[in-house]
Amino acid sequence: MLRRERWRLLLVFIVVVAALITVFPIKGRIRLGLDLKGGAHIVLQAKGTPENPLTGDSVERLLAVLRNRVDQYGVSEPVIQRVGSDRIIVDLPGVEDPQAALELIGKTALLEFRPVLSVSSQVPAAPHRENYDSEESFQRAQERWQEAKDEIDALALQMEERQKDDPSLYVARDERGTVYLLGGIAVTGRDLQDAKTNYDNLGRSVVSLKFNSEGTKLFDTATKENVGNQLAILLDGAVISAPVVQERISGGQAQISGKFTPAEAQRLSIMLRAGALPVPVEILENRSVGPTLGSDSIASGLRAGLIGAGLVVLFMLVYYRLLGIAADCALGVSMLLLFAGLVSLHATLTLPGIAGIILTIGMAVDGNILIFERIREERRAGKTPMAAIDSGFRKALTTILDANITTLIAAAVLYYFGSGPIRGFAVTLSIGIVASVFSAIIVTRVLVSVLAGNRRSSWLV
Amino acid sequence: MFAKKVFNLDFMKYKKVAMLLSGILLLLSLGLLLVRGLNLGIDFSGGVLVQVELSKPVSVGDLRDVLRDGGFAGSTIQAYGEKGIIIRVAADSDEAQLKVLEVLRQKDSDLKLLRLEKVGPVVGKQLRQEAIIATVIALVGILAYITFRFRFRFALVSVAALVHDTLITLGVFSLLGREISLPFVAAILTLVGYSLNDTIVVLDRVRENWKDYRPLGLDGMLNKSVNQTFSRTINTSLTTFLPVCALFLFGGPVIADFSLALLVGILVGTYSSIYVAAALLSEWYSRYPAKS
Repeated sequence: MLRRERWRLLLVFIVVVAALITVFPIKGRIRLGLDLKGGAHIVLQAKGTPENPLTGDSVERLLAVLRNRVDQYGVSEPVIQRVGSDRIIVDLPGVEDPQAALELIGKTALLEFRPVLSVSSQVPAAPHRENYDSEESFQRAQERWQEAKDEIDALALQMEERQKDDPSLYVARDERGTVYLLGGIAVTGRDLQDAKTNYDNLGRSVVSLKFNSEGTKLFDTATKENVGNQLAILLDGAVISAPVVQERISGGQAQISGKFTPAEAQRLSIMLRAGALPVPVEILENRSVGPTLGSDSIASGLRAGLIGAGLVVLFMLVYYRLLGIAADCALGVSMLLLFAGLVSLHATLTLPGIAGIILTIGMAVDGNILIFERIREERRAGKTPMAAIDSGFRKALTTILDANITTLIAAAVLYYFGSGPIRGFAVTLSIGIVASVFSAIIVTRVLVSVLAGNRRSSWLV
Repeated sequence: MFAKKVFNLDFMKYKKVAMLLSGILLLLSLGLLLVRGLNLGIDFSGGVLVQVELSKPVSVGDLRDVLRDGGFAGSTIQAYGEKGIIIRVAADSDEAQLKVLEVLRQKDSDLKLLRLEKVGPVVGKQLRQEAIIATVIALVGILAYITFRFRFRFALVSVAALVHDTLITLGVFSLLGREISLPFVAAILTLVGYSLNDTIVVLDRVRENWKDYRPLGLDGMLNKSVNQTFSRTINTSLTTFLPVCALFLFGGPVIADFSLALLVGILVGTYSSIYVAAALLSEWYSRYPAKS
């Protein structure tokens, strides 16, 4: 073995040991993207209104409220960052219920108490055909239902007319379609001190509120003036409930009972504690993956990768025999280096990233194939095995570099323009290319030299 | 045990046939793209995606009826595995995705929500623009690199080969009506790199064999180059094809379209590195010989 080969062998040895130390134990060392770990990625656009224009300050307050909500919801390692002047990215890893996360982030949660000035009757439930004996009676029921609805709509129009005359009034509906004409704002969520989830004596989930001193005063006045009347509780402009005020409440305590599930009540109280969003937001983009899909993706990616790698290893062995062993070892080293690269660059592994790794399995042996084909050609041209190996490696080198640099250019562009998962793909592809070029021109070379060194080189190539 | 196979095939004899075939495929693809267009996924067109696992198998037809009654007539439904369902709706409101879920829950109250995505039209448009800009920049960068390393004509024929591969892959996707999503763009750009990788290996050999231009003639020299790299071209295509095939079959529904694009691209790319690039060079140099 030449002295140069010894140095190469040492280099390979050091690199492999370093990579092994970096990678093992693999558990927990590789950062997983939201699409593998499960979680929600939400992009918000802050929306200014004429009365409430968007300023740097309001976006900052928006961030603070969002952080507060997310912290109280109990998400580990959330990312909440501002992009540009008015966009906010919220990443919530490991969130089990994407629907809940969306509500928690996207709801303004503006709480208002307003006295009820007048109220329509309830919209009755639409008739169902099954409940009627004949087509005729069903038709009649439908007509009656339509009449009732039209009546309420007419009333709503009247109320809106009155609202035009007096802008402090407000017309709102509840979820069952009942229309309310409401007086001016009595108290808002800004005057809250605390909000908690509780159960009332019927066992239903409720949110109990505690006002601060200012809020206590306002609530006291509102209840005093409206004994015997309804006081509506509105969230983001919709009526949640409108209980009748039985007596004046001066202790600063109130209770919202709607038809909440315990989880909904929990979220509402978090949002009320954290405060309303200073400006409304629109959800521009939202990608949520449940944890089961993420682990399924990892499992199927792993299976596809192992099958793919197995096929490639087998092919190289069958086609190139002894040289194939060298190529398969080099493939192993490139995979090891790829994972070591991911760990040490703190790169995030995503589902397209796994695809990038699997693609790399195929491309990694390309360098070896180029070299081996070249060695065979040199042998056919009549060179001795050692000379053929030497010039095979030398001549294949520029081809390998040229062929891989173009793919690297594409990967770099992907990294620059892509986001999230795509960026993960670009990263694994780039690391994979570098690792496989190193393996082909250094690792394979050492292995082939070792194999060729024991005098049976003519058998080798 | 060396020198198993020495190829000596007359590739250039069929260059006219190959160019005709490529021409027809390209025209078909362009026609498909113009007439049928691409099935842009919610990443680019904006919309809502809901992926659920049902508690019991339900037929797609049933689900379509349920969704239509719920007001989502234009939704696409993709079933995978036994109980997996992916639904895409063009609607754009925060309520739409919750409503789709609600409609589904009426049909199957025990379903498991796996994935929820919403892309607003603003973001969709932005992603579309970024994808186009990224592709253009990648092409220009690669063209510049090959011009720097080889000759300008080489660069142009290799870009022609990769445009050929990309257009035909897009054509196949248009034909199959498969969805174009963000990972698809990644697949296309990877394809661009891969297609070039193949072409460059052939062109690299052409450059090396340039000295044989006089004794062998243009087509003889090109034939020699293609033959010398032939077993490499086939082997590399095979070793890339096998893992991607495994990914397509076993990688799960989320990544299937991505792998399909790569599979088509590898097949077309292998063909184009032999025929498109070399055949174009043959035509070009025989009509306008290089000034030496």
